[in-house]
Amino acid sequence: MTLFEDVLIPVMEVDPVPWARAQMAFTLAFHIILVPLGVSWSVMALIANYRGIRRADADAIRLAQRWSKYMAVTFAVGAVTGTVLSFEFGLLWPQFMGHWGEAFGVPFAFEGLFFFLEAVFISIYIFGWRRLKPWTHFWTGVPIAVAGIFGSVSVVAANAWMNSPDGVTLDPAGNVVAVDPLGVIFNEAMPLMAAHMVIAAYLVGGFLVAMVYATAMLRGRRDRYHRLGFLIAFTVAAIAVPVQMGVGDGLARWVYSNQPVKFAAIEMVPTTSSDVPETLLGHLNSEGQVVGGVPIPGLASWLSDPSTGRATVVQGLDTVPADERPTNRQVNVVHLAWDIMVGVGTALFLLTLWYWASWIFRRDMPRSKWFLRCAVASGPLAVLAMEAGWTVSEVGRQPWIVYNKMRVEDAATTNTGVWITFIAVTILYIGLGVTTILVLRGMSRRYREARRFEETDSPYGPRKPVEET
Amino acid sequence: MDTAAALLLFAAITIYAIFGGADFGAGFWDLTAGGAQRGERPREVIDHSIGPVWEANHVWLIFIFVVLWTCFSEAYASITLTMFVPLTLAALGIVLRGASFAFGKAVFRQRARRSFGAIFAVSSVLVPYCFGAIAGGIASGQVPAGGRAGDPLQSWVNPTSVVMGLLAVSVTAYVAAVLLTWDAGRLSDEAMVGYFRVRAVAAGAVAGAVALVGLFVVRSEASYVFGGLTSRALPLVIISAVAGIGALFLLRGQPHRGGRLAAIAAAGALVLAWGVAQWNYLLPETLTVSAAAAPSGTITAVLVAAGLAVLLIVPAFILLYVLDQRGLLPEEGVDD
Repeated sequence: MTLFEDVLIPVMEVDPVPWARAQMAFTLAFHIILVPLGVSWSVMALIANYRGIRRADADAIRLAQRWSKYMAVTFAVGAVTGTVLSFEFGLLWPQFMGHWGEAFGVPFAFEGLFFFLEAVFISIYIFGWRRLKPWTHFWTGVPIAVAGIFGSVSVVAANAWMNSPDGVTLDPAGNVVAVDPLGVIFNEAMPLMAAHMVIAAYLVGGFLVAMVYATAMLRGRRDRYHRLGFLIAFTVAAIAVPVQMGVGDGLARWVYSNQPVKFAAIEMVPTTSSDVPETLLGHLNSEGQVVGGVPIPGLASWLSDPSTGRATVVQGLDTVPADERPTNRQVNVVHLAWDIMVGVGTALFLLTLWYWASWIFRRDMPRSKWFLRCAVASGPLAVLAMEAGWTVSEVGRQPWIVYNKMRVEDAATTNTGVWITFIAVTILYIGLGVTTILVLRGMSRRYREARRFEETDSPYGPRKPVEET
Repeated sequence: MDTAAALLLFAAITIYAIFGGADFGAGFWDLTAGGAQRGERPREVIDHSIGPVWEANHVWLIFIFVVLWTCFSEAYASITLTMFVPLTLAALGIVLRGASFAFGKAVFRQRARRSFGAIFAVSSVLVPYCFGAIAGGIASGQVPAGGRAGDPLQSWVNPTSVVMGLLAVSVTAYVAAVLLTWDAGRLSDEAMVGYFRVRAVAAGAVAGAVALVGLFVVRSEASYVFGGLTSRALPLVIISAVAGIGALFLLRGQPHRGGRLAAIAAAGALVLAWGVAQWNYLLPETLTVSAAAAPSGTITAVLVAAGLAVLLIVPAFILLYVLDQRGLLPEEGVDD
């Protein structure tokens, strides 16, 4: 015992706050990639499934069936990484949960409900291919898509509440004495943030799946099956992109009006002024002045409120004390992440324009190999844009965990061993990520190679008698 | 209101202990099934049995956390502060278990499947042990209230925790063995019925012995809970013991449906007995249910969500079980 107390414990005592932040950021960054697949892949599978039954299209049915099998894997990984997050809320942020759980937790009560439904119906849909009637089976898939949307809206509602902590009454000491659950769930930040995330799920999921089929087509597998897989996924993404730009624009203006300091970090505005330029790239130096980058005169002001144009006043970072706003380094992270999100989003928008233009003028998708190459790149780029957007939202809120109400450092655990769990979790998740990709690739290879598998596995085929059960 | 929320919490814990526990227990039998050849058939029965319902069972854990942190946030904060290590171990175990189970279904190479199987089995034992140890720590008053951390090591490495951890592992193994005997009966596999019946009896005997030892430990280490167990929770303790032994009798000859129900009742009554015994404390003798309870708005919202869950999820769950029991959700891609 003395060895443990005298030698090991001092070695392990490291300030938990940065490690807790790193671990939360890392596990969320991982989980957020699986979310879009859970939310939108089911919709793509249902589109293929619908078409397959309606038009007796064997390729479409085969796509829907395989997608549901891949989904089973990504959903399971998403479920366990989501479970880890529910541990981490307490393990890393016990003071936050102890103080605010009564409000922050409310949306999760509903999220749990939707996640439950999703899990039940995904089990039925995945395992029901062979023995349920076609339309019955199709309808068991619909709740997955619906629950996916409402589930992610609930989670984002909780995150939005951290930006806009409405619906709580505090006593003079700052303790929660009354909670209005509807005020918490439908907090002011929630509608736009939730819409932004759900559409991101369709956008990212669509591009990720389209990436796989674009790769296959570039490798010469230009049969109908691969084309159909590409078209369904890419079309979903191509519808989501323009909508996302509109919602994102609205959300930016919401931040301008309600979280001016976060907005100042996004646009990198040190002091309050009008006619603020939109600075592409660049950074703040240690004195807090803007260095480098390409300023577009007046654009940030104009975008913040087109009705007043370049005369729109943008509040600067220096309007609040330094310890109540992001540090200069954090501002640089927020600004860079913002540039990445908007830049990549614009590039993806141009790609979808190409796609739509080709459909309008040639009644077919673009034939160019370059289009397919761009489509391959669109998968990782879409993930990058989503991660960047989430970075803007989270780092831009610093130093607050609950905006203007609780600081991150006051929320963290006092356990000094967090650096160890951070390392363990990082190793585990890297293993998990690599294995997930290997398993998905292995499944795809097996589907391609083994014809034997195809035959025993035909969905809606002649029904085998129920022998063993 | 506060009481209703606490009942909801204990109901969720009980259901998780039964259904999630049965899953963990199946993993225990997977672990102990022996080498690839000898263990092949038992593992097939196990796989067949837990396939489609796996995900859904473990959503209960999330539900428990959500109710705990929303309705009783102070208790959640205190538990997570103190029980940092066993909770972290349990979380890692759940990641490994869930992922390896899903991957194991999706890969075909024997070697890969076997290593996923091993990870799955080891973590199936680790996780219930950790949860049992945490319950033991809470019962013996190791978790202080009010946002202070208890002893990071002793809070879960103490006699009550060890006994409760072992009890959790043996009870989950027992419930799983009873359910697997029943499943083997449905598959008309006489050899496997015998195989799991022996194990059900063995696990039941171990669980009973651990529970007896546990009573003595609890008497000296957790006097409040012991007082509850021997007074207001006594009927539940008796129900648990009677049902546990009864289930084994119902397994004789052709496995009887009642055996399943009796095993489930035994495990459920045990968890409920713990809850009743430490009533009205969430953390015995430091934090009561009403002191930890959230404002009424929050509790109402959670109860509404729970009501919706009963309306929506119960039918969905019944659908899942019925389809599964009728063999309409066959295992796919495994019958090679």
